Amino acid sequence: MATQTATSIIRVQNVSKVFGSKKKQALAMRRSGRSKAETEEKIKTTVAVMDAEFDVYKGETFVLIGLSGSGKSTLLRCLNGLIKPSEGSVLLENENIGRLDRRRLQQIRRNKIGMVFQNVGLLPNRNVLDNIMFGLEVKGVEKSVREKKAKDALEMVRLNGQAYKRVDELSGGMKQRVGLARALASDQEILLMDEPFSALDPLIRREMQKLFLDIQGEVQKTVIFVTHDLDEALMLGHRAAVMKDGEIVQFGTSEDILGDPANDYVEQLVQGVDYSKIRTAKSAMKPLKAIAYQNESPQVVLRRMKANHLPAIFVMKRDGTLSGLIQLPQVTNLAEKRRQDLSAITPNPCHRVGMETPLREILPLYSDQPVPVAVVDKDHRLKGEITPVSLINSLTKEIQDYERKKSDLTEAVQE
Amino acid sequence: MTTPDKLIPSIPLSSWANAFVDWLTANFSGLFNIINDVFEGFVGLLHWLLASPSPLIVVVLISLIAWWLAGWRVSLFTCFGLLLIISLRLWDSAMLTLALVLASTLISLIFGIPLGILTYRFHKVRVVIKPILDIMQTMPAFVYLIPAVLIFGLGNVTALLATFIFAMPPAVRLTYLGLTHVPQATLEAAEAFGATEWQKLFKVQLPLALPMIMSGVNQVIMLSLSMVVIASMVGAGGLGAEVLRSISMLDVGLGFVAGISVVIIAIILDRVTIYSTRKKKIISK
Ligand SMILES: Nc1ncnc2c1ncn2[C@@H]1O[C@H](COP(=O)(O)OP(=O)(O)OP(=O)(O)O)[C@@H](O)[C@H]1O
Ligand SMILES: [Mg+2]
Repeated sequence: MATQTATSIIRVQNVSKVFGSKKKQALAMRRSGRSKAETEEKIKTTVAVMDAEFDVYKGETFVLIGLSGSGKSTLLRCLNGLIKPSEGSVLLENENIGRLDRRRLQQIRRNKIGMVFQNVGLLPNRNVLDNIMFGLEVKGVEKSVREKKAKDALEMVRLNGQAYKRVDELSGGMKQRVGLARALASDQEILLMDEPFSALDPLIRREMQKLFLDIQGEVQKTVIFVTHDLDEALMLGHRAAVMKDGEIVQFGTSEDILGDPANDYVEQLVQGVDYSKIRTAKSAMKPLKAIAYQNESPQVVLRRMKANHLPAIFVMKRDGTLSGLIQLPQVTNLAEKRRQDLSAITPNPCHRVGMETPLREILPLYSDQPVPVAVVDKDHRLKGEITPVSLINSLTKEIQDYERKKSDLTEAVQE
Repeated sequence: MTTPDKLIPSIPLSSWANAFVDWLTANFSGLFNIINDVFEGFVGLLHWLLASPSPLIVVVLISLIAWWLAGWRVSLFTCFGLLLIISLRLWDSAMLTLALVLASTLISLIFGIPLGILTYRFHKVRVVIKPILDIMQTMPAFVYLIPAVLIFGLGNVTALLATFIFAMPPAVRLTYLGLTHVPQATLEAAEAFGATEWQKLFKVQLPLALPMIMSGVNQVIMLSLSMVVIASMVGAGGLGAEVLRSISMLDVGLGFVAGISVVIIAIILDRVTIYSTRKKKIISK
């Protein structure tokens, strides 16, 4: 597999983290198949992360996804040593994070691994710029350089002009931008992000996700991104690990996970995705510019197709239901033969989908031929069409970004 | 003899205390002399700074400081209050009291704030410090005044010590409290950016605890002022001494004006410390 040739920058090996006094016993119970809840109840000890194992490659956005309490934050904090694993090791370019002394760990946090938090953790006594400079200040960067870098970061998160505001005057989204800028200013090559956008309302969240993708396009960091939102994971991440009760239950590209949920839990997560609600045929369909009826004359239809630049047109039966699709050459042929109507040829069958069909089921329909897909209602009446172009346009920009980034990774991996 | 006294042997705690003080004076007189000289010099310096220039200059200077720290309203009150004290002919006593209060406040903060930090950082310190603070605040002042008089004699230093013991605890307590109220998320963020313990302390914890620490400072000052009369009983001069004199001479008028002067100083110090933190917030907005 191509991924094996990519450089692994973080290697997580058999990491477990147990909170409580009976660590060994708790792990043994979990490994023998008892549930997390049962273990907690019986011996008051929580196995927050259990036997986690994965690699993170340079330049990718790796997503940890799972429901609340599944151990995402705990695992993420093991990566920069904020939490020491009870068992196993985290290797950052062959250095074992859990074994480092305080000084080295501080060095790594200053220069290698940055972090963005869900609750941001800004200093309320400082203004925006001073907050962004915090990481550089801790590093001992000279004041003028510090200010320059902080202002650059401020620009990156599109907060120019807010430099001297107090942080408690900012909205949630703006605070999160400051948190992001603080991490960007320090310019570590790895960024840990713990549900940075979860507390924001959906609109602002979208905006932040886009911003993140834009910035990531510019700076190309290795990002480990924690979220409980599969949509977000899909949009932002290259690969993902699904966590449940401290264990990684599935692992792969976001697409793998969507397409083939490993178990009920993942299925459940996938169900939560907006796909079925928003991105259905209805959202991507566009009204038909023109249609033809079987009893119309070929000349009339030909003119209509040319006027609308249509290479093919849907043909309706007399009762108003869809018959099929005919191509421009076919109509031209009929017109040349001076036929009275279109009934001389059988229209080519075309793909029909219902209004609620998810877009991901439509995408493969174009693989045999790039012709429009008809959208019909329950009574087989034609409601609209989806062309490859309209499908692409309607799939939100996020998905495009996701696809783009995925191909980026494939390239990166192949290099 | 009643039965309990027969059953339970008497503990000679009082004679032990006596012996302890004797032992202290015998063995540590050198140390006590140094402490005595330092404190005496400190109060003397402050008093000299406040009382030797012309009173009007001092009024103007103090009002300006009040303006700078707490705004024009407080400054205006400060100015009129101090002028009233001059017209009551209690200026010199008032300045000695102010010097004593400032000295005891400074000493309380010098010890109290670091102690508050240690209390926050180390569980063991916390376990030891808490009961000691309780004792310091609840033990009747005269209990420690007597040995203090034996060691330092009557005068400003003994008064300072007594005031310090009574007034320092809030500095420790509120520093500790302020530090515990620093949001965990902010600390974690600082840690994640590679801050050292000292950087966390000076760049995150102390700045965020500052409002709470300032209210500790305010309490220390108020408690110091509340000790002025007791302090004069062990030989401190100032307004407290005027109050004592008015009691011994049954001079209601003198007692009244000295009391008013204490209140004026109290209000000035209170407002300056309170508004100085509030004003900073408004400015940075
Ligand atoms: N400091 C701690 N002490 C004890 N238990 C903890 C501690 N931190 C986390 N846990 C437990 O470990 C488990 C995993 O917690 P974690 O915060 O990693 O979950 P999460 O996936 O990040 O959830 P969320 O989405 O709510 O943030 C939970 O059961 C939690 O109660
Ligand atoms: Mg979490």
